[in-house]
Formats: sequence, structure tokens, C-alpha cells
Amino acid sequence: MYVSLRDRPHADGTGNRDGVRRVSTTVVLLGVVSLLTDVSSEMVASILPLYLTAVVGLSPIAYGFLDGIYQGVSAFVRLAGGYAGDRGGQPKWVAVLGYGTSALSRIALLPATGFAAITAVVTADRLGKGLRTAPRDALIAQASDPSMLGRSFGVHRTLDTFGAALGPLVAFALLAAVPGSYDSIFVVSFAVAVVGVAVLVLFVPNLKTAAQGARLGLRRVAAEVSGRRLRRPLLAAGLLGLVTVGDGFLYLALQDRDDFAATWFPLLYVGTSLAYLGLAVPMGRLADRVGRACVLVAGHGALLACYLLAALPAGGLTLTLAVLLCLGVYYAATDGVLPALVSRLVAPEARGSGIAAAQTVVVLARFGSSLLFGLLWSLQGPGASLLLFAGLLATAVPVAAWLLRGIDRTEVAA
Amino acid sequence: MTLRVRLAVLGTILLLAVVGAGGYVWRVRHVQANLEAAATPVATGEALAPLRTQPHLVFRSTALGQQYGRVAVVPLTAPDGPRTFAPISCERVYATADQSVCLSADRGIVTTYAAQLFDADWQPTRDLPLTGVPSRTRLSADGSLIATTSFVSGDSYANPGQFSTRTVVTRASGEVVGDIEEFKLLVDGRAVTAVDKNLWGVTFADADRFYATAASGGKTWLVEGSLAGRTMTALREDVECPSLSPDGTRVAFKKRGDLPPGRWRAAVYDLTTGAETLLSETRSVDDQIEWLDDDTVLYGLPRADAASASSDVWATPADGSGQPRLLIPDAWSPAVVR
Repeated sequence: MYVSLRDRPHADGTGNRDGVRRVSTTVVLLGVVSLLTDVSSEMVASILPLYLTAVVGLSPIAYGFLDGIYQGVSAFVRLAGGYAGDRGGQPKWVAVLGYGTSALSRIALLPATGFAAITAVVTADRLGKGLRTAPRDALIAQASDPSMLGRSFGVHRTLDTFGAALGPLVAFALLAAVPGSYDSIFVVSFAVAVVGVAVLVLFVPNLKTAAQGARLGLRRVAAEVSGRRLRRPLLAAGLLGLVTVGDGFLYLALQDRDDFAATWFPLLYVGTSLAYLGLAVPMGRLADRVGRACVLVAGHGALLACYLLAALPAGGLTLTLAVLLCLGVYYAATDGVLPALVSRLVAPEARGSGIAAAQTVVVLARFGSSLLFGLLWSLQGPGASLLLFAGLLATAVPVAAWLLRGIDRTEVAA
Repeated sequence: MTLRVRLAVLGTILLLAVVGAGGYVWRVRHVQANLEAAATPVATGEALAPLRTQPHLVFRSTALGQQYGRVAVVPLTAPDGPRTFAPISCERVYATADQSVCLSADRGIVTTYAAQLFDADWQPTRDLPLTGVPSRTRLSADGSLIATTSFVSGDSYANPGQFSTRTVVTRASGEVVGDIEEFKLLVDGRAVTAVDKNLWGVTFADADRFYATAASGGKTWLVEGSLAGRTMTALREDVECPSLSPDGTRVAFKKRGDLPPGRWRAAVYDLTTGAETLLSETRSVDDQIEWLDDDTVLYGLPRADAASASSDVWATPADGSGQPRLLIPDAWSPAVVR
């Protein structure tokens, strides 16, 4: 392993006109697996509030604040998933375990009747998600040409988000066909997830990342993850995560502002997905050309615009759509770009751990910011809190840019 | 495995998934259709207009068949006898002698919800604001005030605010008094402003005073509010969906106590003495209770067999004595009109 300093993006002259070069089949297959899994999980997630209130009979008390426990467990599982994929050198089978757990949790909803049982099943689903994310992203990185990592992640996230947008539609169409039969939704969701796992098991090659025979020790991974190259990106990601307001709060702020957003509340998320869906590949390609760190930082500019637009005292259709568009741009510029950036900064055999570390930092930082924002909201209302976070974000972005300076040129040879 | 074998295995799994899931949905559809066809038509009663001149009950009929979800009326003298259908369908209904409020849902790929006011002849007189899944509705005794509660469900289970409610009070004249969540809420003398604050289940005392449920941080309270003052004060913890007795001295409600989430016990709270009485009903009551008279309360219970979409309205003494009795079979959301 050696560090190479290459002058990207000008190093390869084909970089600008590579429209015909295709992303690897493995990436597309992983995208299809994610698409099917997201159809399956969003089918259930979209009807769960209705199911819990209409069938299980739950009172409208916000359970969001109990979420902290799961966040902590999920962060741990995410790290474990990344490390397990690296250690065995078999990220595919760790991903299979994660996708399989989520698939099984669907069918477990059939006999689950009490609130505690349903919570347990939903938690199992989330643990599966935590487990599979890092090894899957390591596979994407492994299967991709380093110069098109951004685009590869863009393609994967497009398919993934398409599934997430499709899921609720399938669920509500089913409910219209068989009124009140939530069991039908769970069964169909399970069937879709099983096909997803089958595609993963049968067609995604088990790209071995570790050197033959040499097992990756914990100490080595710790050194790799806390090493100099990753330190500044992790700090930057954590800093930006700390000033990122959760979507839930943004949607609540929109809903608080006018009746339009309140009426279409369940569809706000679809609006963001559509923007993300359309922009994931272009943003990934842009990241490959102008630098991943650059796009990652610039994406937070869209988030800043989003806060300012949501904090305006006015409301209405145009403003609401503008907020959703900005949020979509932010996701397109950051969600797939971060693993693309990180995967080139760690040695291939520790890639899953590196990606997991970055994603965990982001998740934990965002959870901290959610607690802070919730507190601020209760003290001074949504508008003033958003403006305060906008100010913090405007300060954090230049700092992150400084932390990430030159990072696009520092890469580890594959 | 060669590519051909793997394709064959995927094809088999795909086929099994489609046949299995498709077959399951088809069977459910078939069972539902059979149930509907086999349902014995409910006996329909006398003409609607004369029925409404005597004391009666207005409710949502949940008898399987063509009339599922329609509003129906029975005389107080024979609540389990033949029912007369009104020409409207509602998820939740409440009525006085002159008007009714109806929360309805038009289910489809994008489900839309509506709240409407109807006059004594079931003609729509006014559209009311309603955002989200219908939950509770009440009219004041003189019919001048209307309260509606809906669930504004979020996009995902994990997000804060996913069980947010919106409770709006409107005057029959059309003037919107407002979302009572924006009223000042005092608990033990301190203002509650938490983002997870929720209000639901209004019951009116007079032209200004009302009672409702407030929730924050996993706790619920009975609150007494003033529409003019735009304030609410917590009176007691662990009270949901209050309902004021006709004489205005007691509130019937459901409480969590030490029951697991999703289960409630019906109880009555005396506003003057502060005494709480558990009712003889031991099954979980998830409803805004209605008063038949000053001594008896009514509530809906889903039918015991899980597959059934039907429910019944039960009655039990308000002093905790006696046993619950079935009042109206295949019914939900009762309103007593005298």
C-alpha cells in the first residue's frame, strides 16, 4: 500500500467525455437489490403510522424521542458490519445477513400484535439496515473504476431512492384493493424483499477485499480509521452533521407554516425523493470531475438555502417545493458522495470500516443536532431555530472546506 | 453455479414470490367478497324524519355489506332494533338535533380526507378544515362550536412528530377559532412549549370553556381551556379523550394507568370532588366516550375476532357498578340526540 498524489481530475483526459462508459454491472445489481429492499421497507414504513393508530390503537404521543436508544445500537451495528465485512474479506455475506434480517422482519409483522412486538420487529429491520450499509458501499467502491466512484454511487442511490418512492404507492394501491388488510402488505413486502436477497446472493460477485489469508485485526482497523488521512474528513463530516436539522423537523416546520404543507404532509417526502432521484447521478458525475470534497461542501450550501426558505414567514406551494428541491440537491450532493470520498482514503482491506466510521459519525452528529434542535424549537419556535442553525451552518461550511482542502488529490492506490 | 442455473433459481424464486404473495392477496380479496355477499342485510327501520323528532342515537353503521360506513339512526327506545340509514358515509360522526359533523375518507392511492357539516336534512352546509386521518369530532350542545381531531402522520416511523395531531375548533358560522395546539398550555403553572406537544379529543362545556387531552414527553393530561383566553390548564394526569356528562359535573375518559401501550381503561372523573371511578368495562376502550344520560356511558369496541372489520357500541353504568351490555350491534361513533 502506498499513497499516491495524483492531480485529479485532469490526470485522465477522457474524464470529461466519458458519457458512454458504463458503471459496473455489480453496482447496478446492488442498486436493484436496494431498490427491491426499499420498495419492501417503505411499503411497511408508509402504512405503519396508520396501522398503529387504526389497528393496534396507539394514541398520538410522539415516540420519536425514544429513538435515541435505537440510534445508539444502530451506530454500533453499523461499525460492526463494516468491520465484519473487512475482517472476513467477504462483505457480500455480511450484506446478505443484513438484507436477510430486514426481509425476515416483514414476515414477523404478521404474528406481531402488541406495540412492544411491533417495536421489536421495526428495530430488527433497522439493525439489518445498519449492518448492510457499509459492506454494501465497500462492494460498490471495490467494483468501480476509481475515476467514476461518484457516478457509481449516484447510480446506486438513484435506484435505491426510486424504490423508496415506489414503496408507499404500492402499499396504498394494495390497501385500496384489499381494504384494511395490512397482512397483505406485510406478505407482499416480504416477497419483494426475498427477491432482492435472491438477486444479491445469486448474482452479486463476492469481491474479496482482504489480502488472502491475512485477517484484519481490530488494532489495524483502528489505526486505519483514526489515521491522518481520515481524520480531517471525519471531523468535517461530524461538524456538518452537527448543524444538520433532521428532515422530520423541516417537514414539521413547513407544516407549521401553512395548511398546504399540512394537507400534503405524507407527500413532502416523495417530493424530496424525486429531486434526489433526478440529481444523484449528475451530482456523482460532477463530483468525479470537480472533486468529491468540493461537491460535498457545496451540497451544504443547498441545505443552507433550504433552512432560509423554510424559515421565511410566508408559505405556499412554490416555497414548499423550493425547500423540497433544495433538500433533494443536498442529499444528491452528499449521501453517495461521502462514501465515494472516504473509500478512496483508506486501504482497500479496511474500506468497509472506513465507510462505516464516516457514516456513523454523521448519524451520531445528526442525532445530537436533532436533540438540540428539538430543544431550541420548544424554546423559540421553528423560524428562529432554523435561522440560528442557518447561521451555524454558514460558519461550519467554510471550516469544513478548510478541513477538506486538498483531500481530492490524496488517494490510496487500489 | 453457471449463469443459466442462477437465472433458473432466480426465476423460480420470482415465480414463488409472485404466486405466493399474489395468491395471498387474491385469497384475502376473495374472503372479503364472500363475507360481504354472505352478510345478512340489516333490518331497516321507519322513515328518517319522524325518527329524528324523538330521542335517538346517530352512529356509523359497521354492518358488513353495501351500507358499511353509512350513518344510521335508531330510536333510544330500541337501539338494537332496525336502523334507518342516512344518505351520508363517515369514519366518525357526531350530531345534535339540527346538524351533524362528519369526518370522511376517500381511500385510494392518495387518500384524501374531508370534514363537513350537515343540516337536519343531511344536506352539506359547510366544509371544515381537516388535515389527515380522521380521529375525533364533537359539537357543543347548542351546535355552535365544532371540534375536529385528525392524525397528521409523518413520512416515517422514526421521525419526530410522526403521530402529530391537529385539533381545530370552528364556529358553525364558519369562523375558524384555531388550532388549539397554538393555545397557551400550563402544566403545574409552567408553560409547555415542547415540539412534541399534542392536543386531541375536545369536549365543550359552554360557549367558551372546553376540556381536551394534552400530551408531551410521553405524558397526557386533562386540560380545561378557554376559547376567548386561548389558554389551557392541566387538571389531572393520565386522561385521554375526555367527555363531559350532560349535567357538567363529571368527565368520562380513557386512561393508560399501568397497562401496556395501546391499551386503555375507561374511567370517570368527578370535577368537583376529584374522585376517579374505574368503570366495570375491563376490555381496552379506545374511543371518546359518549353519555347516554347522567348515569350511563357509551363507547365503541372492535369485534373480538381479529379478522372482522366490525365493531359494536356498548353501555355501562357511570358509577363503576353493574356490567357492560351490548347496546347497538355493528355500530361505531355513537351520538345521543334528545
